[in-house]
Amino acid sequence: MTTSIKQLPDIEQVLSGNGACGGCPATMALRIVGKALGPNAIMLLTPSCSVASMGMTPRLGYNWPCINICFATAGSSASGITHALEIMQEKGRLQGELPTVFTWVGDGGTYDIGFQALSAAAERNDNMIFFCYNNEAYSNTGVQRSGATPRGSYTTTTPSGKRQQKKNMALLMLEHNIPYVATATVAYPGDLYDKVAKAKSISGMKYIEILAPCYLGWQFDMPETVQMSRMAVRSGAWLLWEAENGKISFNKPSASIINGKKDAAPVDEYLMKQGRFNRLLKGPDAAQRIAEIQGDIDREIAFMRERAQITI
Amino acid sequence: MKAAEVVMGTGARAAALAVKSARVDVVPGYPITPQTSIIEAVAAMVENGELHARFIPVEGEHSAMAAAVAASAAGARVFTATSANGLLYMHEVLHMASGGRLPVVMCNVNRGIFAPWTLWADHQDSMAQRDTGWIQYHCSSNQEVFNTILQAFRVAEQINIPVMVNFDGFAISHCLMPLTLPPQEDIDRFLPPHEPEWRLDPAHPSSFSNVTNAEEYAPFRQMLSDDIMAAIPLVKQAAQEYKDITGMWDGDTIDTYRLEDAEVVAFAVNSMAAELKLSIDILRQQGIKAGLLRPRLYLPFPAEDIINALPQNAQVMVLDRNYNFGHPGGILASELKSALFGRRNDITVKNRVMGIGGIDLPRRFMADEIRAMMDE
Amino acid sequence: MKSVTKAYRPISWPTKGAGGDTGSWRVRRPVVNTQICNKCQICWVFCPEAVIDRNEITIDYRYCKGCGVCATECPTGAISMEKEE
Repeated sequence: MTTSIKQLPDIEQVLSGNGACGGCPATMALRIVGKALGPNAIMLLTPSCSVASMGMTPRLGYNWPCINICFATAGSSASGITHALEIMQEKGRLQGELPTVFTWVGDGGTYDIGFQALSAAAERNDNMIFFCYNNEAYSNTGVQRSGATPRGSYTTTTPSGKRQQKKNMALLMLEHNIPYVATATVAYPGDLYDKVAKAKSISGMKYIEILAPCYLGWQFDMPETVQMSRMAVRSGAWLLWEAENGKISFNKPSASIINGKKDAAPVDEYLMKQGRFNRLLKGPDAAQRIAEIQGDIDREIAFMRERAQITI
Repeated sequence: MKAAEVVMGTGARAAALAVKSARVDVVPGYPITPQTSIIEAVAAMVENGELHARFIPVEGEHSAMAAAVAASAAGARVFTATSANGLLYMHEVLHMASGGRLPVVMCNVNRGIFAPWTLWADHQDSMAQRDTGWIQYHCSSNQEVFNTILQAFRVAEQINIPVMVNFDGFAISHCLMPLTLPPQEDIDRFLPPHEPEWRLDPAHPSSFSNVTNAEEYAPFRQMLSDDIMAAIPLVKQAAQEYKDITGMWDGDTIDTYRLEDAEVVAFAVNSMAAELKLSIDILRQQGIKAGLLRPRLYLPFPAEDIINALPQNAQVMVLDRNYNFGHPGGILASELKSALFGRRNDITVKNRVMGIGGIDLPRRFMADEIRAMMDE
Repeated sequence: MKSVTKAYRPISWPTKGAGGDTGSWRVRRPVVNTQICNKCQICWVFCPEAVIDRNEITIDYRYCKGCGVCATECPTGAISMEKEE
C-alpha cells in the first residue's frame, strides 16, 4: 500500500523562505524526499536551480549538511563522501548509523555533463542515492535544451522545437545492474516517499528520477505544477516504475496503462497546456510533429512493457 | 627505539609507501603514464590489508579530484596522483580544493603535455597549474618524494590548503634508489591524525560553498592568497621537525649546493637539479665558482629565501624545463626575475629552456650550457 | 572536531528565510475557508514552501510566495487566491 498523505512524517528538511520560484517542483519533491530520509543525510548539489534556491552564503534553506560541487562530478563526489564515511567508521572515528549520501542534481547534471561520473559510480555500486530532478531543460540558466528535453519542445537553443528524442535515462541506469532504480513525479507524493524510503534501506547505488514540471521552462500557469505532473503520467509521457535487483514493476496509474486496463490519454491535451510546444502546435506540419511525439510515447510504453518481461 | 629500514624502491614506490606511512583514509585513482605505478601500489596495499584505506577506481582524473575533495570535506585524509593531461583534466576541481580549503595531497608525476603526445618528463603540467591556489613542491630524489609527502600532509592540514608534490616521470618515478623508511612511531609523531575543524556532519548541518555575493567572495579569495604566503614558515618548520625526528633533510623552501662563494648559480627544479650538482662539480674543476639553488617549494614562490641565499653579483642561470608561452624562455626565469626586481639589482638572470619532452640532461651537457651562457 | 578558529571556507547555516522574506514576492494570497476545508492535507503536501500547518491549515504569509498550487489542488475549493492589497 502506498503511504497516504496523512501518514507522511512531520519533519521538514526544506525550510520556508528559500530562493526557489513559487510553485517550484524541485522543492516540492525535495520536501517529500526529506520526509523519507530524515536529518541523518549528506546532500550533494551540482549547479542547478536547487543551488540558486538554497540561499546565498551564509544562509541555507535546507536542513542537511550540503556540499556544492563541480557540475560534472555528482557521481564521483558522492563516491568520495560515502567511502570516507565508511572508512572513518571502520577506523572508529565515526559512531552510530552512517548518514545517507544523496545527490540532488538536475537533468543536465545527470543526462549530459554528469553522465560519465554517474555511470562510473553506478558501475562501482557505491553506496548512495542519486536523485535526478528532471525539469527537461537547463532551467537555471534560462531554459536551454538538455538530453532530457522531449522532441518538439521549445528551448532557447531549440527555437523551432527540439528535433531529437530524449534519452530513457532511468532505463540506462537499470542496465548498470544496480540494486534499485525508480521514477517518480511530484503529483504522487506517497509513491515518491515510498521509493525514497525503500532506496534508503538498500545498500549500494540507487537511482531515483523525479519528473519536475517547471512552469517557467514549460510555459504553463504557476499554480498548475501538480496538474502538469499528473497529465504527464496519464498521457504516458512519464511512466512510474521501479526496479529492485533488475526486476521492473509499474506503479499506479502507469501500471494500468502498461497492462492495457486503461488507455493513456492522447498527448495533445498535455502538449497544448504547455507554451513550449506552441510553435510546434501552430506550425503547418503540426499534425505530423504531434504524431511523432505520440509515436515516441507509444514506443516507450511498448518497449518498457516488453523490457519488464525480462526478469533474468 | 626501532631503527629505520632501508629498501630499494622507485619514486612511485616511495610515494605509495609515504601514503601508507601517512595512514591515508581515501585514495581515488585513475591510471596515466608515468603515474600509474603509484595507484597500482596503493590499490595492492589496500587489497592485501597493508593499508587500511579505501581505493576508489574512478573513471577519470576529473572524478579522481572530485572524489578526493568530497572525501576531504567528509573529514578523511585523502591522497591521489596524476600526470600531465590528467592534471589538466582536473584543473577545475583543483580550484575547488583550494577555494574550499580542503587539504588534499596529490603527487603529480611530471610529463610533457599533449599535443603532440609525449610520455616523458617536462614541467609544463605542474607549472600550468600555477594559479590554482595549490602549494607545490618539486622533488629531486626518491627519498625526497617520500619525505615530502609526509611534510605535505602536515602543512596542508595545518593551513587547509591542498599540496601538490611533483617529481619527474621515469627519471624518478621508475628508477630504483635506496630508500630509508623511518619507524612508523616516528612518522606518527611527526604527522598527527587529521582532525579537521569542519566537516560535513549531520549533527551540525552546514553547507559548503553556496553562492556568494561579491562582498563575501572577495574576502575568501584574499584570505586564500594571504594564507598561501603564510605557508612558507610552516614548510620550513615541517622540514626542520622532520629532520629532528628522522635525521633526513632535503632543504626546506630551497635546497643549495656549493652556493656560498658561487659566482655562477644554476637554478632549476626536480631531477635535473640533482644531476646539476654533478655539473657544478665539473664546473668547479674547470675553475668556475659554480653553485646550485633549487627551489624545492615552487609555490608559494620562496622569494625572500632566494633573495637572501644568492651571493653578491652572481649570474643566475635558470634552466627551465617548460615554456612560458607568450614570453621568451621559461616560467621559472620569469618568477625569479619578478622576485629579484628592485631587490637584488646586483644579480644577472640568464635563461635556457631544455629537456623538453624528456630530452636527457646529462651533467656534461648542462655544465657546457652554463659555460656557454656565461659568455652571452 | 577542533574548535573553529578561522572561517576558512564559505559555510552557510540552515535558517528559514534563506531567500529573504519571500512573502513579499506574492501577488495573490491563498485564503483558507475553514467552513469548507476538510483538513485532507493535500495543500500541505504539495506546498513547495512548507508554509502550511498540516493540522490547523494555516499559512505562514511571511514566506508564502503565492504560487497557488494549494488552491488548484484543494479538492473542496476551500482555498481562494485573493489579490494582495
